[in-house]
Amino acid sequence: MAGERRESSADADLVAGILDGDQRSLARTITRIENRSPGYRDLVSALHEHTGHADVIGVTGAPGAGKSTLVDKLAAAYRDRGDTVGVVAVDPSSPYTGGSVLGDRIRMASNVGDMEVFFRSMSARGRLGGLSTATADAVKALDAFGKDVVLIETVGAGQNEVDVVRAADTVAVLVQPGSGDDVQTLKAGILEIGDVFVVNKADMDGAERTLAELEEMVHLRDRPTRGLDTAHHGAGAVGHADVDGNGDDADGNVAHGDEGNVAHGGDGGDDADTAEWTPPVLRTVGTTGEGVDELIAVFDAHAAHLRDSGELAQAERRRYAEEIRTLVRSDIGALAAAEIERRGGIEALADRVRRRETDPYTVADEVVAPIAACVDAAEE
Amino acid sequence: MSAEQEGRTIRCLVAKVGLDGHDRGAHVIARAFRDAGFEVVYSGLHRAPDEIVQAAVQEDVDVLGISILSGAHNTLVPKVIEGLKEYGAFEDTLILVGGIVPDDDTAALKELGVAEVFGPGTPMSETIEFVRANVPDRA
Repeated sequence: MAGERRESSADADLVAGILDGDQRSLARTITRIENRSPGYRDLVSALHEHTGHADVIGVTGAPGAGKSTLVDKLAAAYRDRGDTVGVVAVDPSSPYTGGSVLGDRIRMASNVGDMEVFFRSMSARGRLGGLSTATADAVKALDAFGKDVVLIETVGAGQNEVDVVRAADTVAVLVQPGSGDDVQTLKAGILEIGDVFVVNKADMDGAERTLAELEEMVHLRDRPTRGLDTAHHGAGAVGHADVDGNGDDADGNVAHGDEGNVAHGGDGGDDADTAEWTPPVLRTVGTTGEGVDELIAVFDAHAAHLRDSGELAQAERRRYAEEIRTLVRSDIGALAAAEIERRGGIEALADRVRRRETDPYTVADEVVAPIAACVDAAEE
Repeated sequence: MSAEQEGRTIRCLVAKVGLDGHDRGAHVIARAFRDAGFEVVYSGLHRAPDEIVQAAVQEDVDVLGISILSGAHNTLVPKVIEGLKEYGAFEDTLILVGGIVPDDDTAALKELGVAEVFGPGTPMSETIEFVRANVPDRA
């Protein structure tokens, strides 16, 4: 609970340890974040000012698409060029026992013994969404620790993976060859969140077809989020595309999103606002590492695009707004839960409703009344 | 579900160390721990002591279960324990060994800091109870 704040010296030591590069402090901090241990909020608060330096990349896709293997190769490639890497890999937990087997670590064969790669397995612990609040906080801890790149590997696909957008700057969506029908179903959810699409296991039959299908979909898609973000530029953006788009612009956008877009973003003026990122479609073979360098080049280009276009600031604003809302909602929910307990517990209240002694609206009003009274009092 | 919901979950690393390739036991244990509500990180086969140490430290596990059927426990286990000490992770990690270990060696391993050695035929419930009763109490 928020009221339980205590400035313990153990927490101060953990923060100091993290800033000092101590592995154990980082590991212990993530555990406290996962457990929501008393005082963890102060820990994360203290870390916040030290964050914002890492490139945060989310990797998502269907189970068995090769996420773990590709993340391993990505981490190794980043290490080769001298970057330090943090990995958070989320696996599902049992809805029955809460237990889980976290197996992503097995695939980290290229980085064993390299302590500059900090790999942490997390259980979704039954929280809604493939990425929990705890994951976002763990990413902060890795960022504050000084990792240059943080890779987030989600649980196998579903609707939940849209969560990745909230924690990552760049999202890679992995697709397996031959999942033609699946690609259709991806349209609605995952295709909307990818900044880059990767046909992994590209040495398998059907890779070319999947590649072509994805390319087609990417270029046809109606960018639903774009419309929301920049509604006030909406008309302008279309105008630009029509006017400038005849010549070089069209090539730049259609061919391979990286080069074209970044150069475009640099043109300055209002063009920078309207420079669109067209998600490139790449091919990789996770087991051999083929295509991994190209993928990293695209990640870099996307990071540059976010900075140059001003989208990064927007995305961060959105992310923190959502985070504040979530925390406030959860704190107020806890206050309400405590009030319900004081009134005899939810089951007793439900029974009274069942016996027609009262109704749900009245009960809700009664529970919220003392909280509302405090808010009113504070306003005066 | 409240983002604020507090809850401790027991985290375990089930580790196969050294050259033996028999992982049926490790799989059974991993599965049983999962069903007991624990979070289980499985190392995979043929891990070097260093890798086990790296995993135990980074994953911040409460319990390290080392499965060895090759007879090399007297060589491998001390290396793992040394590594844990180096990272300050020895004191509050419950170390278990599973496999075929002669009685004399069991005493020596316990001397080193292994909490318990479980031989073939140990009922799963016994191991799980042992973990619940002995998991280090952390702040």
